[in-house]
Amino acid sequence: MVLILNIILLVLFVVGAVWTMMTTRLLHSAVGLAFTSAVLTVLMFQLDSPLAAVFELSVCAGLVSAIFISTIMLTKRVTAEELIVQRKIRLASFWFLPIVVVAAAIVLSLIHIPVDFKLPEPPVENNVKNIMWNLRHLDLMGQIAILLTGVFGVVTLFKESKHD
Amino acid sequence: MTNDMAVVLWLFGVAAALVLIVGFYCLIATVNLIRALIGLEILTKAVTLFIILAGYVTGRTGLAQALAITLIIIEVVVVVVAVGVVLCVFSHNKSVDVRMIRNVKG
Repeated sequence: MVLILNIILLVLFVVGAVWTMMTTRLLHSAVGLAFTSAVLTVLMFQLDSPLAAVFELSVCAGLVSAIFISTIMLTKRVTAEELIVQRKIRLASFWFLPIVVVAAAIVLSLIHIPVDFKLPEPPVENNVKNIMWNLRHLDLMGQIAILLTGVFGVVTLFKESKHD
Repeated sequence: MTNDMAVVLWLFGVAAALVLIVGFYCLIATVNLIRALIGLEILTKAVTLFIILAGYVTGRTGLAQALAITLIIIEVVVVVVAVGVVLCVFSHNKSVDVRMIRNVKG
């Protein structure tokens, strides 16, 4: 039962990613990305990673989608004629993406990947909170530095020039 | 490794590889900057699934979650800064087409 659920979720994950890329309207792409993130969240729950799953749902499905939708709203709206032209151009370059995905799936299914490798010893500590605060605290420093870098980057990009 | 674990590894691994292919294809084929960013997001989704899968198979879900959270933070910062760049490009060129900015110098 769990295996069937996993297979359905994985198919939804791949189909969501392909639909995100194939659809003509950018807004639909942003919604498709949110859907793919939501499916990934369920997959992460299935793989015993609830904390990362909550992060994925709130940040990637929520915040990133909001950022993309805001950006799409701030750019130019396409007219009906432009949409028809864009659809033709997109179909010309993206029509064989599903074929590539299906072909890759068949090839990957046929290739025998050896999975009988020896697993390492179970870890002493497996609590994500303890690992983040005690073992990987340098990662937290890096995350804070990256966040500040991002803020600095956005401020620099949108800084008003004195000549304006 | 148990048989169930091998099946999970194979199924999730194939799905993550397929999504990775979709992301790479989008980055190569698209000419729209916003869609290229969405392709980058799809790529990071596949990498996140790979990390979580590796943690599940080896029994180190705690460490895998810590790495996945770090990846999510980096992903958001990259998207925010990249969206800022896209909006600056749009305000200068009135377009988000990469072909419009190929001749930019300096």
